[in-house]
Amino acid sequence: MDVLRVEKLKAFYIMESAGEERAVKAVNDVSLTVRENEVLGIAGESGCGKSTLLKSLLGSIRPPLRHMGGRVTYLHRDREMDILSLPKEERQKLMWQHISYVPQGSLSVLNPVRRIGDTFRSFVGAHLDIQKDPDRFESLVRSHLQDLGLPVDTLKAYPHQLSGGMRQRVTIALATILKPRLILADEPSTALDVVVQRGVIQLLRDIQTEQHNTIVMVTHDMAIHANISDRVAIMYAGRIIEEAPVERIFAKPLHPYTQYLIGSLPRIGDKSYRLSAPGTPPSLADLPPGCAFHPRCPNAESICRREIPSLSLAGRDHRVACFLAAKEDADVGSSEALGSQ
Amino acid sequence: MAFLKRYLLPRIVQYLVVIFIGGTLIFIIPRLMPVDPVQQTLERITIQGAFLDPRAIEQIREALLELYGLKGSLTEQYITMWRRLLRGDFGPSYVQFPTPVMTLIRISLPWTVGLLVTTTVLSWIVGNILGGIAAYYSTRRWAQLMENIAMLIRPIPYYIIALALLLLLAYALPVFPVTGGFSIGRRFVLSWDLIVDILKHAFLPALSLVIVGIATWFMTMRLLVSNLLAEDYIVYAQIAGVQDGEILYNYAIRNAMLPQITGLTLSLGQIFGGALITETVFSYPGLGTLLYSSINTGDYNLMMGITLLSVVAIATGVLLMDLIYPFLDPRIRYE
Amino acid sequence: MLKAVKALFQRDRRFLFGFIVIAVLFVGAVLAGFSPHDPRLWNVVPRDLPPSSKYWLGTNSMGQDVFWQALWAIRNSLVMGAIAVISSRIIAVAVGLLAGYRGGLMDRLLMTVTDSFVILPLLPILILITSIFKSRLSVTSLGIVLGIFGWAWDARVIRSQVLSLREREFTYTAVLSGMSTGKIIFREYMPYIFPLITATAMNNMLWAMGMEVTLAVLGLVSLEIPTLGTMIHWAVNSQAMLLGFWWWILTPVVLCVFIFLALYLLSLSINEFLDPRIRVQRLQGIKG
Repeated sequence: MDVLRVEKLKAFYIMESAGEERAVKAVNDVSLTVRENEVLGIAGESGCGKSTLLKSLLGSIRPPLRHMGGRVTYLHRDREMDILSLPKEERQKLMWQHISYVPQGSLSVLNPVRRIGDTFRSFVGAHLDIQKDPDRFESLVRSHLQDLGLPVDTLKAYPHQLSGGMRQRVTIALATILKPRLILADEPSTALDVVVQRGVIQLLRDIQTEQHNTIVMVTHDMAIHANISDRVAIMYAGRIIEEAPVERIFAKPLHPYTQYLIGSLPRIGDKSYRLSAPGTPPSLADLPPGCAFHPRCPNAESICRREIPSLSLAGRDHRVACFLAAKEDADVGSSEALGSQ
Repeated sequence: MAFLKRYLLPRIVQYLVVIFIGGTLIFIIPRLMPVDPVQQTLERITIQGAFLDPRAIEQIREALLELYGLKGSLTEQYITMWRRLLRGDFGPSYVQFPTPVMTLIRISLPWTVGLLVTTTVLSWIVGNILGGIAAYYSTRRWAQLMENIAMLIRPIPYYIIALALLLLLAYALPVFPVTGGFSIGRRFVLSWDLIVDILKHAFLPALSLVIVGIATWFMTMRLLVSNLLAEDYIVYAQIAGVQDGEILYNYAIRNAMLPQITGLTLSLGQIFGGALITETVFSYPGLGTLLYSSINTGDYNLMMGITLLSVVAIATGVLLMDLIYPFLDPRIRYE
Repeated sequence: MLKAVKALFQRDRRFLFGFIVIAVLFVGAVLAGFSPHDPRLWNVVPRDLPPSSKYWLGTNSMGQDVFWQALWAIRNSLVMGAIAVISSRIIAVAVGLLAGYRGGLMDRLLMTVTDSFVILPLLPILILITSIFKSRLSVTSLGIVLGIFGWAWDARVIRSQVLSLREREFTYTAVLSGMSTGKIIFREYMPYIFPLITATAMNNMLWAMGMEVTLAVLGLVSLEIPTLGTMIHWAVNSQAMLLGFWWWILTPVVLCVFIFLALYLLSLSINEFLDPRIRVQRLQGIKG
C-alpha cells in the first residue's frame, strides 16, 4: 500500500539579483511513491535537489522556494491529504504523530538557549495535552530515551554541550517519540565520523524494526543506502533518473550516472581504479537542454541533447530515465542477488 | 578559573579603559578653555562689592585653585582629578559657589532617574514585544501597518516629538500641565495628591520619550527576529507543528532578546546625560535641565561632574551587564 | 554597480523616496548660492510676515526671509554632515583595516579603544567641547569634531568584514604570490568594504545631523551660521510658537523630519539590499 504519493512535483527557488528573476529548478517534475513499512532511499550529489524535495514533502515551502505545481498526497486513516494545500492547523496535526522529520543534527538545529528537555516539552506539547498530566510526559520522555539508549541526563543539557553524534540521536529521539508512521530523514549521518555514523544508522534501523515505521532517507552516501534502504531513487539535477530495489541498483544500474555513483564505491578486494563521473553537475539555474546529464555522459546521442527522457519501466520495479538504457535493456525480471557491499 | 581569565578579565580591563579615556578627555577639554574660572569667580566676588585687600585676594585665589583642582603642574592636576574622582568629589559649582557639584546632582538625579528608568524600561518592553510579533507575522496587514508607523517615527529626533506634543496637548488641548515637575508652591509632604501631581507633570515628557523609544526598539527587534526566522531551529520547530505563540516567545524572542538586553544597558547608562532637550522643553527639574543651566551659565565644573558621572555610570552598567550575561546565555556559561 | 542601483530604484519605494528627498534638498542647497540676501544679516526684509507670493515661507522676527534662510540651512547642515561622515569614514576604515588585517595584539588594542568609544556617552562630552569653543566652531570644524567621535561602531563593522575576508582563498593566493599588503587591501578588499562604507555612511550622517540639531538647540554652535539646528534654536528662543509665527518654526522642523526620514529609509534599504541578514544595531541612534 502507498502511504505517500508525489505527482509531478515542481518546486523552484525564485531568486532576484540585480533586478532579474532567476528560477533555480531544485525539484523539477518529480513523481514517486512510498510504500508502507519500506525504507526508501533518495541519493544524489549535493546540490541535486534532494533536500529541497524533502522540505517540499514536509510541506515546508517558504520563500524564496515556491511550489510551481504537482501534488504531495499522504494516506492517513484512509483519507488522502495533499499536504501542500492543507490548512496550517491540519498540517500541524498531521505532523509528528503521523509524519515526522529528522534534520541533520548540526548545532544550528536546536534552540541554543533552551535545554533539550524544554525542546521535548514544546515538541510533544504541541500534539499532546501535557499540561494535564505532567508526570506522564516525564515518564514518556524518560522511557523513550532509555529505549534508544540515551542517558536521561541529556534532557538537562544545552545543545552546544552535546557531541555531534549525541545531537543527532536527540533529533532521532525527538522525531520518534510519538511513534509516527512515516519518518523523513535528511542526511542524518553526514556530519559525523564513520563509527558514530554506524551507530546512528543502526539506531534508526532498530526503531524501524520496533515501531514498523516507513522511512524516507535522504543521503548522498551510497554505502548507507546499501545498509538500510529497501529501494533507492537516484536524483540528478532536480529529477529522479532511476529508481529500483536496492539489490538491483547495486547489481545492475542502468543510468550512466548511477553506474558512476556505484562504480565509485570502494569494494573489498578490488584494487582497480575507481571512475567517477567526468565534469561537474550543472547549475540548477541554467540547465542544459535535453537530458541534464548529457554533457557528462560518455554515450550521449543526438536525442539526448534534444529531449528530456521520462522515467519508464526497465525491469521489475525498476524504472530509469535514459534513452540509451531503455533501448538496450531486455533483461526483465531476472533476480540477481549479488552482495550489495 | 579559565572562565575568569578568558571572560572576566578582558571585561574588567575594558571597564578601566573606558573610564580612563573618558576621564582623560574630560580633563583635557576644559583646559583648552580661553577663560580662567578662578579669575571669573574672583571678579564675581569683587563685583558683589566686598572690599578685599590684595593679600586676602591672593589667599582666596590659592583656595580656589585648590578647590577647582587647578593647582600645580598639569601632571599634578591630573593625579588630583583621579584622586578626587575616587572619593566621588567633583569640586564646587562655579556659579552656585560653594555648593558642591555632587549636591546639585543629588537633588536632580531622582527626577531624571524616575522619568527615564520608567520610560526606557516601558518602551523597551512594549517595543520588543510588538517588534517580535510584527516580525513573526510580517505578512499580515496589521503587522505591516505597525512597521510603517514605527519606520516613520524612528528617525524623528525625540525633541521634535516633544515640541509637537507640547504644542498639541498643552496649548491646543490644555489637559496636562506644560512645565515643571510639580505645581509651584506645593509643599513637599508625602501624600496621594503629591504623587498624582508629580505623575501629571511627568506625563507629557514621558509620553514623548516613550513614543520614540517604542519605535526604536520595535525596529531593532523586528530586524533581529526576522533574521532569526530563517534559523534552522525555528524552521525545525515549525515543521514539528509547534504552535506559533510558543515559537515566537521561546524561540524567536528569547534569542533576539540577548542583544537587546545589551542595548537596554547602554541606554539606561545614557540616563545620566538626561533626556536633555525633553527636560528643557518641559522645564522638568532633572539632570538634563541642570546640565542645560550649567551650559548657559558656563559652569564647567558642574558640566564636567555630570559628564564624568555619566561615563562612570555607563561603564559600570556595561560591566554589570557583562557579569549577568552568562546567566542569560548558556553558550557563554558552559564552554 | 549601476545595475544594482537601478534594481534598488525599481524594487524599493523606500529607496526611491529617500533618494528623491535628498536629491531635491541637494538642488535646494545649490540654489542657496543664488540667495539675494546674506544669510548672516538681520533686517534685510520686513519682519514677521506670513507666507506670501513675495516671501514664500514668510519672514522671521530678525527680518530674514525664511525660504532663503532654509536653503542656506540645508546647505550648511548637509555640508557639515558630509564632513562628519567623510572624516569618521577615514578613521573607521583605517582602524577597521588595521585591526582586522594585522590581528593579534594590534587588534586587541584597537578594539579596546573602539569599544570604549562605543560605550562612552558622547552627548555630554560633545556638549563639553562645544560649550568651550561655541561661536568659534565653523561648519567644517563642527563636522570634524563629530567625525572624531562618531567612527567607533562602523570601525567594528569593517573589522569583522576584513576578518572574514582574510580567511578567504584569494587572500592566501595574493599573499603567496608576493602581493604587497597595500595592494591586497586596495585591490582585493576594497570591493567588499566599499558597500559597507556606503551603508554605514547613511546612518552616520543621520547621527551627525541629529547631533548638530541637538547642540544648536542648546545654543552650543555658532548661532549666526544658518543650519537646521540654529533655525530651530532662533524660532524656539524667540517664542515663535507662542506668537503664532508657525511658518518660522515649522519650516526647519518639517525639513528635519524629511531629511532624517529620507536618510533612515535609504540606510534601511541599502542595508537590506547588501545583506538581508545584516544586523544593523546602531543602538544609540540619533539620541546618543
